[in-house]
Amino acid sequence: MADVKKIATRDSYGKALAELGAEFDNLVVLDADLAGATKTGTFQKVFPERHFDCGIAEANMVCMAAGLSTTGLVPFASTFAMFAAGRAFEQIRNSIGYPHLNVKIGATHGGISVGEDGASHQCCEDFGLMRTVPGMVVMSPADDVEARAMVRAAYLYEGPVYMRFGRAAVPVIHEEGMKFEIGKGEILRDGSSVAVIANGLMVNEALVAAEELAACGIDAMVINMATIKPLDEELVLAAAKKCGKVITCEEHSVIGGLGEAVCACLAEKLPTVVRRIGVNDEFGHSGPAAALLKQFGLSAEHIVEVAKDLCK
Amino acid sequence: MTNSEKKQLQITACKVRMGVIESTYGAKAGHPGGSLSATEMFTYLYFKEMNIDPANPKWEDRDRFVLSKGHTTPGLYSTLANRGFFPVEDLPTFRHIDSYLQGHPNMNTVPGVDMSTGSLGQGVSVAVGMAKGAKHTGKTNRVYTLLGDGEIQEGQVWEACMAAAHYKLDNLCVIVDNNGLQIDGNIADVMSPYPIVDKLAAFGFHVMAIDGHDFDQIEAALNEAKTVKGQPSAIVMKTVKGKDISFMENNAGWHGKAPNDAEYAQAMGELKAKLAELEG
Repeated sequence: MADVKKIATRDSYGKALAELGAEFDNLVVLDADLAGATKTGTFQKVFPERHFDCGIAEANMVCMAAGLSTTGLVPFASTFAMFAAGRAFEQIRNSIGYPHLNVKIGATHGGISVGEDGASHQCCEDFGLMRTVPGMVVMSPADDVEARAMVRAAYLYEGPVYMRFGRAAVPVIHEEGMKFEIGKGEILRDGSSVAVIANGLMVNEALVAAEELAACGIDAMVINMATIKPLDEELVLAAAKKCGKVITCEEHSVIGGLGEAVCACLAEKLPTVVRRIGVNDEFGHSGPAAALLKQFGLSAEHIVEVAKDLCK
Repeated sequence: MTNSEKKQLQITACKVRMGVIESTYGAKAGHPGGSLSATEMFTYLYFKEMNIDPANPKWEDRDRFVLSKGHTTPGLYSTLANRGFFPVEDLPTFRHIDSYLQGHPNMNTVPGVDMSTGSLGQGVSVAVGMAKGAKHTGKTNRVYTLLGDGEIQEGQVWEACMAAAHYKLDNLCVIVDNNGLQIDGNIADVMSPYPIVDKLAAFGFHVMAIDGHDFDQIEAALNEAKTVKGQPSAIVMKTVKGKDISFMENNAGWHGKAPNDAEYAQAMGELKAKLAELEG
């Protein structure tokens, strides 16, 4: 594992914007004084005339993006997840979601791996908030390759999209040139004892856990569910049917995110035992990302522990 | 404008007011007060100023209008109906279940509505985005947005104003309907936004203060706005909430209340008398 390449998906976001910007003249980017951190600065360097820094005014930025989209442009509005999904929730709901405008929200610094900045900036509620907006696509990539493919798919899709990217570098697990489809999960490892459905940086943890579990005789299926909404229910049901047990893993509150989406699907269509791994109903705190992830149970070790308990 | 043009606009404004009464009476709900205060501006924009085509409401080179004070939907809908975007006869279905005339403006169901609004403070930001987009794509259309004087208590309005001036959006005209009243009473008592003109000027706008019921002043201000380069324009118009309905004028109680049968009859009677006088 030592030579595995690690890239933060926020870097992938900036890179993808710059690549797409060269291809599509109508792509514009908005930021709220965080271009260096969200990495929209990568796009800004190449296309300064198509990058609008709106200053520290997220509510206005999000609604400006709505207005821009009515003129034939495809705006990507960026800030930290906390200030996009959180602070500008109602603007997204009423000025983008309700009129179903073609705006893409690229939110970075999602989850607890924001690290040292602490709880005020560790947004573990964005999937939940965005899932409740009718017609909103909600996604979170597992690695660099998927993140770039996702940004392209979001550009080509007509309608509102929320994407969450991470601050911390994560291992690249996909082959270059992967096919990404909105609303489709992917089986990264087949198995029959327990289905581990993960997204974001938890996908790699799930793969690591599956290797350890295999050594203990537990054959785990690992699914990367990059699209939280619309959920790939067909895949969730197939995995639950085959394995009979499900574990969800996300760098998000156990309330409102992937875990609850999977539970809702299974409760109504195929009642199955589920364990949700995520941030419990509590705020985070300052610390190095890796240490925080371990402390909050967002680790391969914790997945192994839960799976062993579930399969005993 | 000529006297006959002005008289025609006054006649149209009277018909727009009738539509406001018809729709709020039909809905048994809605916001007549701020619709009636802005009627002359609605009328002038849609019948004289804006480059629009009722037969092609999504025409991409059209001028845009965002009703940031979205609750005054009856004023906008009545204006659009009278301008030919949809039948005037549909106005009484306003707010009914299954009607396309939603309680607040809906751009996807009502022909001629350029943006869905209703949550105060957001429309002006959307208008800033539209103006920025027009400039970016090399379009010469103009963007108008109408705000309430209570609405400007929303902080987002000032974020939008900062952006409008920063991006030098001289294709944007922000209009504030200063009727002086909001739901809870006098704006100066609830949370004073005054001095409005000075604030907008400080934010970088070319500001004009007018009587919002005087078509000559409306025309002069909108024409002046088009000559301003390198900065956005703002028109602060002094108006009377509930204008032209005797019992609604200057009464905060008519912000969001529909007329009952007797009130409807009286209001329509007053407007019909006014129309007869104008057409006389």
